[in-house]
Amino acid sequence: MEIGLNHYLVLSTILFAIGLVGVMRRKNLLMLFFATEILLNAVNISFAAISHYYGDLTGQMFVFFVIAIAASEVAVGLGLLIVWHKKHNNIDLDNMSTMRG
Amino acid sequence: MELFLYTALFSPLVGSLFAALFGASPKTKIAGVVPSIMLGVSLLSSTILLVLVLTTGHTIHVEMMTWMATGNLYIPFGFVVDQVSVTMMMVVTLVSTVVHVYAIGYMDHDKGFNRFFSYLSAFVFSMMILVMSDNFAGLFIGWEGVGLCSWLLIGFWYHKESASWAANEAFIMNRIADLGMLIGIFLIYWNTGTLQYDGAFAAMANLDASTLTWIGIFLFVGAMGKSAQFPLHTWLADAMEGPTPVSALIHAATMVTAGVYLVVRANELYALIPHIGLFIASLGAFVAIFAASMALVNRDIKRVIAYSTLSQLGYMFVAAGLGAYWVALFHLMAHAFFKALLFLGAGNVMHAMDSELDPFKMGGLGKKMKGTMIMMTLASVALAGIYPFAGFFSKDLILEVGFVEHHYIIYTVLLFTAGLTAFYSFRIVALIFHGEERYKLFGFHPHEAYKFMLVAMSPLLVLAIIAGSFKMTYFDMVTYVLPATEYHVHNHLVYWIMTIGTQLFVILSIFYAYKKYTSRDVKVPDGTSAMENSFKYKLLINQYYIPYFYEEYLVKPYRELSEIFWTKIDQKIVDATVDGIANVFYQTGEKTRVMQSGNLSTMLKWMVAGTVALLSLAVVFGLAARHSGEIKIFLSGLGV
Repeated sequence: MEIGLNHYLVLSTILFAIGLVGVMRRKNLLMLFFATEILLNAVNISFAAISHYYGDLTGQMFVFFVIAIAASEVAVGLGLLIVWHKKHNNIDLDNMSTMRG
Repeated sequence: MELFLYTALFSPLVGSLFAALFGASPKTKIAGVVPSIMLGVSLLSSTILLVLVLTTGHTIHVEMMTWMATGNLYIPFGFVVDQVSVTMMMVVTLVSTVVHVYAIGYMDHDKGFNRFFSYLSAFVFSMMILVMSDNFAGLFIGWEGVGLCSWLLIGFWYHKESASWAANEAFIMNRIADLGMLIGIFLIYWNTGTLQYDGAFAAMANLDASTLTWIGIFLFVGAMGKSAQFPLHTWLADAMEGPTPVSALIHAATMVTAGVYLVVRANELYALIPHIGLFIASLGAFVAIFAASMALVNRDIKRVIAYSTLSQLGYMFVAAGLGAYWVALFHLMAHAFFKALLFLGAGNVMHAMDSELDPFKMGGLGKKMKGTMIMMTLASVALAGIYPFAGFFSKDLILEVGFVEHHYIIYTVLLFTAGLTAFYSFRIVALIFHGEERYKLFGFHPHEAYKFMLVAMSPLLVLAIIAGSFKMTYFDMVTYVLPATEYHVHNHLVYWIMTIGTQLFVILSIFYAYKKYTSRDVKVPDGTSAMENSFKYKLLINQYYIPYFYEEYLVKPYRELSEIFWTKIDQKIVDATVDGIANVFYQTGEKTRVMQSGNLSTMLKWMVAGTVALLSLAVVFGLAARHSGEIKIFLSGLGV
């Protein structure tokens, strides 16, 4: 069986669903970052697959942008995470509610 | 000449604004002097205009500026000085100058001295606008302006419950009548397309009779309110709560005659609808005798004079209603002089008696207050209409009008009223100035008013005596614009019988009053005498129970109705609806703000939920758009 576009899209959907569940369920900030990364990369997969399918490089170019931005986002996020950990000695999301409405 | 017009019109305003500058500061003499001088300037300008109009017969018509111009509606601030308005200007400025100077003395000890002059001059300005305007809109502005100033001045001593009540009564009654007048003005505009006097009256000749009748009725309703004609008369007697100079100026000489002025101004309209004219005359005659009867027994000198004013206004309306517009205006003028004089005299008496108003508690004041006594006596003689005083010429003329126009009932009523007038006028003169010195029992120490107050009154005295001799000059002047009908009883014998008969009747009434009320038997009534317990007396002293009737059958039910509307409709329905809507939002906010707990995890869940909801919507709409044709067929199958 040849691996076609649909397979990639299904993989992407499954990854996206895993990421979404992670975003919703995880209470650990680090895990939240992992989940976001999964989300982003799920999208990347479909971008690359569709780009290949149509023979149009635009999608793959977008993937590079997404990777670059995800990297910088994680850099900033991890920096904040470390500072938070130093200050509060935990990275539990439920404790981060100083902006209570 | 326009300069004089503007000076006459605006100098009272300048005086008023000047006094208003001192409104909050304690008594400053200059705040009374400057408005008086400005009034003098206005009087001078009016006199110059009068001389101009009198000698050349020219009228002045200026358009100061555009007031409203939208579509077909064009109303300018226009002013006209013609024979009618110049008469009114003279009366207004002359009486108000006198009253201003007088009030400097009268209000001497009052805390509101500055405020008083500001209001008083503002009143004169409004009155000048009323009489000088060349259109109904300007007239209405002045009409409301004088109403407002009247309210301010009646309630001048606002700390007195009765004064503020009387002020509100006057204002509300006038508002009721003004509604009628406003409808009249709307009708005029609707049917003629203009509010300018000349244009509107010219167009009225082509209107059908029923429209004219309605216009005439509604305008007269306005006049009834301002001139306190039955059934809107009760406010005038209560308006005596205001300071006496106010009563003299507003509630005797000027504002209350605005109704007469309106009818005279609209003479071309009323000439087309003589049946309304007859109604006006009949109502006038009724008010004349009705008010005079109440004046017979009242124990408050200012109220007696107020009823007398009411009665004389009735006379004026008789003349105006019967088409003798110039006679009405002439009586208006003469009446302004002697009635203002009477009021100012009453003010002197009040001052001397520490604001005591019951003439039964006075008596014998003549010895202490010679000047005031002479003035009030002469003013009463003029009011009674004794030859050769002003009242003889103007009031007897109205009687003649009634006779010549063959309205013998009106004539008889007016003749009888003339007797009553003489009686009640001299009743108070006798009670105040002659007879036993009853005031001693009550520990009063009367004293004559300031000299300059008496001097200030003297021009009115002179005019009250000689105004009658201007009758023919006045006739020649004013009949440029008013119908020139001379009223003569052609039969000489009848004429002399009428004149001498009237004079004798009046003189007899005077002597009867004089004899009755200077006798030693006059006591302060204590409610025990047979007369005071008679039905007639009770009826009259209670003003025919009309104020009682209004209070009991109009004010109270209205108040109860308002109460019901307030608690049942306003609170239970209107308020509840508005509150309900507000509550929905409030509750929604209260419920949904829990979402914003600040917990990142929760918020992320909501975010995902939102994304899913939006995505599903997008899918649904996308599907609907793709299958719209099939959906339509499906819906039409359902019969939608």
